[in-house]
Amino acid sequence: MIENSDVKALVLGIGNLLIGDEGVGCLTVEALSRRYTLPPSVECVDGGTAGFELLSMIDSKEHVILIDALRNDMEPGTVVMVEGEHVPKAFMARTTPHQLGICDVLAAAQLTEIMPKHLTLYGIEPKQMEVGIGLTPEVQAGMEKIICAVVDQLRHYGYEVKHNGIESEH
Amino acid sequence: MARKITIDPVTRIEGHLRIDCEVDNGKVTNAWSSGQMWRGIEIILKGRDPRDAWAYAQRICGVCTTVHAMASVRAVEDALKLEIPLNAQFIRNMIVGAHGVHDHIVHFYQLCALDWVDIVSATTADAKATAILGQKLSDWKGNSYQEIKAVQDRLKKFIGTGQLGIFASGYWGHPAMKLSPEVNLLAATHYLQALEYQRKINTVVAILGSKTPHIQNLAVGGVTNPLNPDSPANLTIEKLFHIKTLIDEVGDFIHQAMLTDVAAVGAYYAEWTKYGAGVLNYLSVPDMPMDTKGKVFALPGGYIPGGDITKFTPITSQKDKMLYDNIKESIKHSWYNGNWDRSPYEEETVPDYTGYDYDKKYSWVKAPTFMGKPAQVGPLPHVVAMYLAGHAPTKKYVDATLQGVSALAGTTVGIPALHSTIGRIAARVIRCAVLHDTLNVQWQALIDNIGKGDLNTFNAPVFPAGEQRGTGFHEAPRGMLSHWVVIENGKIKNYQAVVPSTWNAGPRNGEDALGPYEASLVGNPVADAELPLEVLRTIHSFDPCLACAIHLVDGKKTPITKVKVL
Repeated sequence: MIENSDVKALVLGIGNLLIGDEGVGCLTVEALSRRYTLPPSVECVDGGTAGFELLSMIDSKEHVILIDALRNDMEPGTVVMVEGEHVPKAFMARTTPHQLGICDVLAAAQLTEIMPKHLTLYGIEPKQMEVGIGLTPEVQAGMEKIICAVVDQLRHYGYEVKHNGIESEH
Repeated sequence: MARKITIDPVTRIEGHLRIDCEVDNGKVTNAWSSGQMWRGIEIILKGRDPRDAWAYAQRICGVCTTVHAMASVRAVEDALKLEIPLNAQFIRNMIVGAHGVHDHIVHFYQLCALDWVDIVSATTADAKATAILGQKLSDWKGNSYQEIKAVQDRLKKFIGTGQLGIFASGYWGHPAMKLSPEVNLLAATHYLQALEYQRKINTVVAILGSKTPHIQNLAVGGVTNPLNPDSPANLTIEKLFHIKTLIDEVGDFIHQAMLTDVAAVGAYYAEWTKYGAGVLNYLSVPDMPMDTKGKVFALPGGYIPGGDITKFTPITSQKDKMLYDNIKESIKHSWYNGNWDRSPYEEETVPDYTGYDYDKKYSWVKAPTFMGKPAQVGPLPHVVAMYLAGHAPTKKYVDATLQGVSALAGTTVGIPALHSTIGRIAARVIRCAVLHDTLNVQWQALIDNIGKGDLNTFNAPVFPAGEQRGTGFHEAPRGMLSHWVVIENGKIKNYQAVVPSTWNAGPRNGEDALGPYEASLVGNPVADAELPLEVLRTIHSFDPCLACAIHLVDGKKTPITKVKVL
């Protein structure tokens, strides 16, 4: 069993799989953990639509990488990267697709002083947010960009990320 | 001139709820409660193996998951007349107890407190005076000047950055906010501390249930936790003592912070004991079975018609015929095909969306009735029933809370004050303390039973040919929950969940009687129709939970300051 304190980094995808492109965060971490072998010090989590449950995962991490759909009036599939103190502001300003939004979770993390040392958000502009399963091609393409960026970033931080040689969808 | 206001969606709740009110001369004169989400779990379950039903049924929601799992296994066990090993009962009871404590803490602080507590005002408080006030109210270790000052500094810094975030949906400076800056700061301090304690008690659910949300350790016939005090792979003595430590830590917070906070809110908002009563038919079921047959329960339940405590009818068993025979659901005002009142065993779920029509159909939620009438469920009905049944811990906490409010308000506040918006909130905190007491009882019972050498946690179910019917009741954090299953030749033939928020948030029934949310709003004051904080106070007091995560669109647009496009 890995003790919580041994985990240094968290890759957290959030979203609702039932609302089209809204599920991109969850699908990204799924693809990431299928295609790559991450060291025990990196936790890769599908946060779904959870709220305050996520606080304990964020707590005392060196690096937290969030992935979520972020409505920002850009071309569908556009990927943006936001860092540090700008992350909560990005969430505040935009769609809060979840009940107790990630914005609330980050605010609580700030107020209880458990924010990670390095916080990054990869946001992707959704196209289709109606009830239904699956991503639009634009967002699917954006998801591939995020996977590459997250792998690069983890390696840059010094984590050993090994490719499994799997690229197919299933 | 009456004016109609619509709140859609109501935030700081779980799920998607729309409330419409008619407001005339600063008071609500009519109200409609509409569930805006369709729940198709009953259809998904048809034809499946009844042993799997709980795993699906708990996916009804991402918050109150455990309760649906519990009601589902109980329904199938009831159909099979299956006995449950003692250890399994105690483990289940600890899970639902810990889940309930977690749910009540989160509701009181994170979901409901901001209707009454002005966070912005807290930044103007005198931190020293706040600490003195806190230490006068209780011995809570978190009421030190250092702690309170640190929270205030963090709040100031946070608000200074322009991101109210967590508190963005509050009504700061609203004329209905009545607490002094010091009381606001004390409550804000406990709000942040509550985040830590809700996490601790949820850890108990995770250890016993293997995962939360959506526990994994249930089985029709018991639980899958192997009991072997010496094997590290099992529920060991070490793990059980870790659980005990967590329970004890959370207990101090409930007793010394939460109970005193609710007394303070009750005293400062004494006028809210006059609003929000609504439907006074109170219904609750006994829970926490203490034997294998499910005949003896640690927590009593009962029915109180019309709020008349002299007519209290105890319900001593979850198998009471009074429950099975008198629960019906009406779809006259719900988006389902037809117009009937039926027992859940006989229901069908055929959606028929016809648009929002105040006079006809306007909700996805059905309207349940007990003995033909709407009934209110939840901590308030449960606490009143336990009080009337003479349950000692309940009596202790009810009396202490009422005395606390009376002392602070300088007037005598009695049981009738509980029939109100603020009473509903107080009852939830009282129930949290009662559940916490019970957690200790369940923990000790499990340890004692293991000590006798009994390690059994599972009785295998056997499905005979033909049809069986069963109902699983559970007194969940939001009130009485029941799952109704009809099994035919080992497969699910029909399934219905009658959930607490269906009882409370339901629309008008077959006889056009208002549901509990609706009735509770009538007479509610509204100082400013543009900022209907008072309506939210009453609705939030029920702890609305309308099942399943949905998306909310926030209209506010402020530019992201630093973005890099990939």
